[in-house]
Amino acid sequence: MKRIITLTVQDRSGVLNRVTGLLQRRQFNIESISVGPTETEGVSKMTLVVEVGDGQRLEQVTKQLNKQIDVLKVSDITDKAIVVRELALIKVASSSQLRTEIHGIIDPFRADIIDVSKDSLAVQITGRPEKIDALIELLRPFGIKEIARTGLTAFLRGYQPQVNEFAAYSLSK
Amino acid sequence: MKVEAKLEFQTSTAPKTGADLLIDLLIKEGVETLFGYPGGAVLPIYDAIYRAQGRIQHVLFRHEQGMIHAAEGYARITGKPGVVIATSGPGATNLVTGITDAMMDSLPLVVFTGQVASTVIGTDAFQEADVMAITTPITKHNYQVRSIADLPRIVKEAFHIASTGRPGPVLVDIPKDISAGILTEEPEEVLIHLPGYQPTIRPNPFQIKKLVDSLSKAKKPVILSGAGVLHAKASAELTAFAEKHQIPVVTTLLGLGTFPADSPLSLGMGGMHGTYAANMALYESDLLINFGARFDDRLTGNLKHFAPNAKVAHIDIDPAEIGKNVPTQIPIVGDAKEALIQLIDETAGLEALEHQEWLEHLEQYKQDYPLWYQHDPHGMCPQWLIEAIHKITGGDAIVATDVGQHQMWAAQYYNFTKPHRWITSGGLGTMGFGFPAAIGAQMAAPESTVVAIVGDGGFQMTLQELSVVYERNLPIKIIIVNNGALGMVRQWQELLHGNRISESILHSQPDFVKLAESYSIRGYKIDNQEDLIAKLPEIFALNEPVLVDCRVIQQEKVFPMIAPGKGLHEMIGVKPQ
Repeated sequence: MKRIITLTVQDRSGVLNRVTGLLQRRQFNIESISVGPTETEGVSKMTLVVEVGDGQRLEQVTKQLNKQIDVLKVSDITDKAIVVRELALIKVASSSQLRTEIHGIIDPFRADIIDVSKDSLAVQITGRPEKIDALIELLRPFGIKEIARTGLTAFLRGYQPQVNEFAAYSLSK
Repeated sequence: MKVEAKLEFQTSTAPKTGADLLIDLLIKEGVETLFGYPGGAVLPIYDAIYRAQGRIQHVLFRHEQGMIHAAEGYARITGKPGVVIATSGPGATNLVTGITDAMMDSLPLVVFTGQVASTVIGTDAFQEADVMAITTPITKHNYQVRSIADLPRIVKEAFHIASTGRPGPVLVDIPKDISAGILTEEPEEVLIHLPGYQPTIRPNPFQIKKLVDSLSKAKKPVILSGAGVLHAKASAELTAFAEKHQIPVVTTLLGLGTFPADSPLSLGMGGMHGTYAANMALYESDLLINFGARFDDRLTGNLKHFAPNAKVAHIDIDPAEIGKNVPTQIPIVGDAKEALIQLIDETAGLEALEHQEWLEHLEQYKQDYPLWYQHDPHGMCPQWLIEAIHKITGGDAIVATDVGQHQMWAAQYYNFTKPHRWITSGGLGTMGFGFPAAIGAQMAAPESTVVAIVGDGGFQMTLQELSVVYERNLPIKIIIVNNGALGMVRQWQELLHGNRISESILHSQPDFVKLAESYSIRGYKIDNQEDLIAKLPEIFALNEPVLVDCRVIQQEKVFPMIAPGKGLHEMIGVKPQ
């Protein structure tokens, strides 16, 4: 199952190495990872998407991450009410004649064209990973030259309803 | 605090360096002994050690692996961190086995490695190794010092992290320009601030109540006592608790001595080469109370058959150990001593528990399936040898072993009645560990009798430390259980690999007596029981190191045994064949 795990960590050298090394050692596959500073100076946040065999192994890896001295907090937010975003840059082969057509495709996705050249253009899209996947599929027939994705980042919504099921927000369902 | 880091030629009247500051900080931490080996990147530190003569003791080993195992032995006996200094590159990489060993067996170490100067890190400089990356998965934490100003904080944190919570090794990598850098101002006092490291010491009283409730209902309770009890110094509390409620006790390999082996409640060691009674008690129990053991696979055997009917309570200071291998109904995070004190309080009013039937049942197992070996009047049985050592030392020696058959025999036949007497490499199973670990133990306890029980294979991995033993006149008794083979490998090849004895016989060996003599150490070669009995009093009366090459029967195997993949109830070799 796919889980979204967020870590707040001390921004010290080696902490990313410790986290990824630990996941590798315990045989977890990291699907994406994004790291950046937070509202607190010296504290960074990592958002990981990992593939986990079962709940017991998930608990084990969460505990192992928590044990790291520079890790302040570990949360599995997969089943919470969360906001999830990823950014992707997609370079599509395109002649000037096709630009309008591509515009028509990306518009409902609220994506932007951020670079245009003679035979290609670059699309920027922000959203949930499924939305990005969907746009990539639609653009594929035009010929995708390059894709760069940030990996997702996420946090809890301001309001957490007192219900345990959030199918709509879960990556695993 | 102002510092300037520049390389300068140091004289004895030179101003204070980062290295001098380091030595001051170590003395402030209460460090008495440094286990070290010099080299290029630590020359400034060795200059500082030279200047600090009389304030701190440095012991020069002959190989970094030897010295780190000695530091482990020291840590095991004192409970304080063993402090290691090695140079960059090969000095640091030679420590890797010892660091991993300490990580697996939760031994506190603070390891200082030299590093090439900050300006050339990452250029593949002479004797440069990426020690931070290499040691990240094998340390509890590691640091690279980036400025002299950070030294006081890092040293303080390193000692704190190594010795609190679940102990473990911490490495501090010091570039040469930091240790050689000139200190212009005395650093200020630092306070430890580690928001990501707050070990839970006091267990949750609600969980303790849950355990008491289960205990009052249990018909077949059993205690499993591990090395966590040693770290918590909780043997007395464990013994009081077990005796009050008449709960039988199984110890792990590393937990030997946490509960007196001569108590009627003691079932001995559990696991692969444990006693039948211990393993059957775990198998049949309805309440398993684990104090500070980590349910290692060598203890549990096949997890499918491990304690199938038991409710499991697990007391551990490391939450990650709880539920890792064995589903746990009553998780208790905390220090074993704190938990036992609470348990003793909570059960003060409890009436005598009724499990006489269970105790009698286990007693029957003990009677019917005791540890056994066949006596041979012509040769020397290794098991008999351990019993003889037990006898001559009154069962009160500090025993350090290597890894293999002799280790299991020592565990089985040296009935430890007191804690902090037993030093062995459990988790990593490091050959070459035993002899240097005994050196560290003797340094930690100069008045105690220390016996290094080693195999002929493992001893040859770290025997160069005989020099240290001689130099310091450490009266260690080195007993080589010499069967001319890598006995445990040979045993597995015999039993599990169709008797294909592949590369496990040591066809040629040094003359161990002459070898000892070449280090100016007295040596004996003994090949029969009579001679051993005659010589042992003389050997143990000597207040100097002695090496005894004991030629034991090569074919002897360690029994009983749980074959790999089998459950606790599937022991083989439980009766004489």
